[in-house]
Amino acid sequence: MEKNKPVTLFVQCLVDSLYPEVGTAMVSLFEKMEIPFDIPLAQTCCGQPAFNSGYRKEATVAAKRFIEIFESSHVIVCPSGSCVDMVKHQYPGLFENGSSWQKRALDISGKIFELTEYLVDVLGLEDVGARFEGKVTYHESCHLSRNLGIKDQPRRLIAHVQDCQLIEMEHADKCCGFGGTFAVKFPDISTAILEEKIDHIIQAGVDAVVGCDISCLMNIQGMLSRKNSSIKTLHIAQLLAP
Amino acid sequence: MVEIKTQYYRQNAAKAIEDTVLQKALSNVQNRLGPATARMYKDLPEGPGLRQKAHEIREASINHLDILLTRLAAKIRDRGGKVYFAKDAAAASAYCLKVARANQVKMAVKGKSMVTEEIGLNPILEDNGIEVNETDLGEYIIQLAGETPSHIIAPAIHKTRKQIAELFTRELGIPYNEDPPILTQAARKALRKKFLEADMGLSGCNLACAQTGHITTVSNEGNIRMSTTMPKIHMAFMGMERVVAKLADHDALFRLLSRGAAAQNMAGYVSYIGGPRTKDQLDGPDQFHLVIIDNGRSQILADPTFREALYCIRCAACLNVCPAYGKIGGHAYGYPYSGPIGAVITPLFVGINRAKDLCCGEPLCGACKQACPVDIDLPRMLLALRAKLADGDPEWGVTRANPGEKFAFQIWSLIIKNRKMYDLALKIGTLFQRLLPQKNGYIPAIPFVLKGWTQSRDIKPLARTSFLTQWKNRENKTNRKNKS
Repeated sequence: MEKNKPVTLFVQCLVDSLYPEVGTAMVSLFEKMEIPFDIPLAQTCCGQPAFNSGYRKEATVAAKRFIEIFESSHVIVCPSGSCVDMVKHQYPGLFENGSSWQKRALDISGKIFELTEYLVDVLGLEDVGARFEGKVTYHESCHLSRNLGIKDQPRRLIAHVQDCQLIEMEHADKCCGFGGTFAVKFPDISTAILEEKIDHIIQAGVDAVVGCDISCLMNIQGMLSRKNSSIKTLHIAQLLAP
Repeated sequence: MVEIKTQYYRQNAAKAIEDTVLQKALSNVQNRLGPATARMYKDLPEGPGLRQKAHEIREASINHLDILLTRLAAKIRDRGGKVYFAKDAAAASAYCLKVARANQVKMAVKGKSMVTEEIGLNPILEDNGIEVNETDLGEYIIQLAGETPSHIIAPAIHKTRKQIAELFTRELGIPYNEDPPILTQAARKALRKKFLEADMGLSGCNLACAQTGHITTVSNEGNIRMSTTMPKIHMAFMGMERVVAKLADHDALFRLLSRGAAAQNMAGYVSYIGGPRTKDQLDGPDQFHLVIIDNGRSQILADPTFREALYCIRCAACLNVCPAYGKIGGHAYGYPYSGPIGAVITPLFVGINRAKDLCCGEPLCGACKQACPVDIDLPRMLLALRAKLADGDPEWGVTRANPGEKFAFQIWSLIIKNRKMYDLALKIGTLFQRLLPQKNGYIPAIPFVLKGWTQSRDIKPLARTSFLTQWKNRENKTNRKNKS
């Protein structure tokens, strides 16, 4: 059972470089729940930006490095659905069928979990004793919900946060328009998709929008800030942290 | 030949986003059909698993395409029908023209067909003095307006009631009226005359069946049935992938097609056509021709990476959920096939470099795969196309699309390979960002490659100390404490 095994955290590169507070929140949460963990200091990026742009050779460099760093871990937990999807579903395809690298990739794909998936499905935790006063809405990130099937777990965790009211926005499962380098390469289309997401968030009448992927939240926050909106963006680790 | 405008994807997308009428129409069609189709999959008596079953049916059909097409052709020829295998668009149109000339055809009525858009049939017939009348209401509207379809199933969604009223007043000479039943009646009246006068009926084919030797067409207006039974000649066009082995396969696929296309249990009219009328039949054409079109499909069939694209039954369910299509509409894709399926097959048809923006210009959200009635993994193929553009591919004649980006990712791969290099890069980044303006803790404008981001969004600056460095410092402190 993964339940009693020590956890290795893959922090994710955007959390590491732009949102260290999300990493800190995750660490405090694990400490509060008394979940033993370690954080390999050599970790960088899973390779998703290169992979989604088509640069498979470069993505493979990242994949090999990730495998080398994390393969000795029992359980890997990451606060990002799309990175977990990358490791779990795309790594094996980067290597030749039947090769030893592919075997190592498949081995690692079985032991990586997204944060809320780990808390709810593996540990059976729904109430982590968190408190947040206000109304929140939940943005369902695409790779998290469609490729990993994680839709309920974050909502259950939010439902147990004291004094916090979850208000579903319209089309919570619709893309926010981030799409990695797409947001930079096709800004007109990305912006148009994001505008709609922002409208739905504003219509929900909430204090904060919560998500499990900092990349989508960075996109959403970017436009909320541009529109001088007072709505905050919170990674779920921040909502759950003590 | 159809005009290819895939290279203007960005410009046409930007124009579409500014078009408020189009934006409203797109959001209406997506909100109406997207969720309704998803609900109908759930309510299938066999459960949503029927999509995977249909995927297997299509997979088996494509893997045995040679046998199925031979059987289909033999059955139709046995009944006195003619079957022509066209290697490309030019051959298909030339065959149609030859038959039309041999029979002194002056006017044709036509059921909605995407493959005839692909081969550019109408302009060729018209250039040769043959009048072609689209009879699907949406197609009829855009033909009168001199436009092209913007949606695979709902070709005129980009037009408003008011625009159609003005168009009908101008083209059909009726008094101005915006009432849909009155407009529909006007079209019906004008088309009825055409049906009665036409020498030739043209149609597509939704799916053929090898076992029985039939093609099947579906519609909700009855116009395809009239186009294929009233004129003396019926010529049907099909992409060579549109066949399944057994009649039992049709049942599952048509129920899924109707759900995917229009959230219906079954389309209003389903016709099975296997040849010209027999001597004892009063109705039906004297000649039946089936044109089976390759036009690049063999190359797709030969590549295991993209073969799955041939499973598509052109229902447009993926268009109805795609966030990119929902903003840019069909015309931006610059080729008859739009939306996620268009983003995959158009590059394969017209050249991957030429249509590179189509396969790179969506956020890879995966909604299309979930909506597809035959569970085609479109995101996987979009990624495969991007990989070909990234490094070039001799088999598909692809050259590296962006050497600058390649170089950037090569540098990136060196940086992420070494945590010290990575920390150094972050350090340089934090120094560079000091030169940028800040507003309430955010950066509102970044030059060069990230300029697209700040067009509409602010961005948080890089943290002064990365999380990993913070963690390392904390660990070191604890260790020192423990030692002392």
